[in-house]
Amino acid sequence: MALDTFAPITALLVISVLVTFIILVISRIFGPHRPTTRKRAPYESGMKPIGPAVRRLPIKFYLIAVLFILFDIEVIFFLPWAVVFRDLGIYGLITMGVFLFILTVGLLYEWKSGALEWE
Amino acid sequence: MFEVPVLADLNLGVTLPSVFLALYATVLLAVDIFIPSEHKIRTAWLALAGIVVSFVLNLMTYNTVDSAFFGMFTADPFSAFLNIISLVTAFISILLSVDYLKRAGIERGEFYPLILFTTTGIMFMGHANDLIVIFVGLELLSIPLYVMAALRYPDLKSEESGIKYFILGAFASAFFVYGSALIYGATGTTNLPEIFQSVSVITATEGNSSMMILLMGAGLAIVGLGFKVAAVPFHMWTPDVYEGAPTPVTAFMSVGAKIGGFAALLRILIVGLPMLVILDGQTTAAWQQTIALIAAATLIIGNLVAIAQTNIKRMLAYSSIAHAGYVLMAIAAAGTLGIGDKAAQSAVVYLMSYMFTNLGAFAVALAIEKNDGTGTNISDFVGLGKSKPALALMMTVFMLSLTGIPLTSGFIGKWMVFQATMESGLVGLAIVGVVTSVASAFYYVRIIVNMFLKDGEGDPAAGATQYVNWAVYVSFAGTVLLGIFPFLMLNLANPITLAVIAP
Repeated sequence: MALDTFAPITALLVISVLVTFIILVISRIFGPHRPTTRKRAPYESGMKPIGPAVRRLPIKFYLIAVLFILFDIEVIFFLPWAVVFRDLGIYGLITMGVFLFILTVGLLYEWKSGALEWE
Repeated sequence: MFEVPVLADLNLGVTLPSVFLALYATVLLAVDIFIPSEHKIRTAWLALAGIVVSFVLNLMTYNTVDSAFFGMFTADPFSAFLNIISLVTAFISILLSVDYLKRAGIERGEFYPLILFTTTGIMFMGHANDLIVIFVGLELLSIPLYVMAALRYPDLKSEESGIKYFILGAFASAFFVYGSALIYGATGTTNLPEIFQSVSVITATEGNSSMMILLMGAGLAIVGLGFKVAAVPFHMWTPDVYEGAPTPVTAFMSVGAKIGGFAALLRILIVGLPMLVILDGQTTAAWQQTIALIAAATLIIGNLVAIAQTNIKRMLAYSSIAHAGYVLMAIAAAGTLGIGDKAAQSAVVYLMSYMFTNLGAFAVALAIEKNDGTGTNISDFVGLGKSKPALALMMTVFMLSLTGIPLTSGFIGKWMVFQATMESGLVGLAIVGVVTSVASAFYYVRIIVNMFLKDGEGDPAAGATQYVNWAVYVSFAGTVLLGIFPFLMLNLANPITLAVIAP
């Protein structure tokens, strides 16, 4: 039965729920409890969590975020590749070359269309 | 340890038409930056050249039956036939866009690489032998279309069209992924021939609990792809998106997205799940009734609502929904064991005839459209027979072909589809098809009446520039030639075999 293979995932699910629960309970019992308005508000990366949904955001930050993702993904793929570079040999080199080529075209496009200029 | 493959294992030779186009589109995106904005027509020419090269490569590898990328990608006459349709669609759409984008003031060089990327996505869906590849193709097909639909910003309708398509399309993709995950859960593989074998095992043992998961997975996959091809319970987005998007994009979308969706549906249902029967020994697949029901609803609603439309783009949107219904008839027919191949052939033949005719109809609609995007009402066709007799005559042929009158390609497509449906024993569905086909004549003929029989000034058809004229000529030639000499495409479709024999 194919469902048996999902047993480890179920175990993981149960354990992660349990661990979360235990941590919350322990900190509730032993930790100091001094709430303020700021602390009780949901955390939203430093932004004010409550307010109108439509507000002006500088589009530049969005571009920076996209650029960040571009290089972030690049590093994520490059690091494991570099570790087993010798084993993968010419096959790995060429597939990575294709990947890098597509990324470079994207970067070139951003650069030439002026996304890198701050003002 | 993991065995390192060598490059020869990838078998890149058989992937050449689609992989070439993907690489070409990437390079074109980079080249386009260096083309000054007043010469963007060069990008269009380069894109057309890329399509022609890919077309030639596709013809060279037409009869190969081989797999690549470790069995995830397959090349056979089915995918090659669909490649022909999608490449011609892209070619005609680019011809339509060149002048349209300029006079609408939305000329961007990125448009042409985006068309090429979408085409690559469509081709990948035809080549797919694995649920993962189908999903990658689906996304590659959809994401550029979201962008292109909103190309006419700050026009509100175009923005609405882009956002609507994006949000609903993302939902549909999610449905498809969830369906794939459930199919994977039930069968333990995403490879379609392996799914086929696994399904045979599951259905052979009675009371297998994987059956329920498999049925849910297949259902969700049908929902996700049904959205892409605009089948009826999932068609709500179509008229709004088609009306708001720039007309060449609508033309491209109404054919291209459907080719991709139907290719994936045929692959999944005929290659992967033909043995999905509730009880062992049955000769019709469990999904046949579902698809037949969807097809009937699509035919009825698409054709009836089209009658009430006053805008040509909305009318063609509902007409494209109706035509999706005819292809779905063929897919439903494939549910009867033994005629899967014939049904697949009739579906692709229908798609090819629909492609020429529909692109031609959109090209004429685009020719009478004004620069600001108005002039798309059906009443704007009044008097076109006097001001532009040749254009009106060709529009007449397109309308007759969409109705399915003999000597046009639309007739051949419908004939093949009805034949496959009758052979599969779905007589009720065939009757619905014939009746709605007759009903569809009402709104198609109304355009002909408007053009020739009503008194009016007649539109000067300012949009009928040289490129648009060429697009109309090509579509007209395709519609008439394939209608009079159907063997041209029937011979191409003949070697198509999808049903796998369990190895």
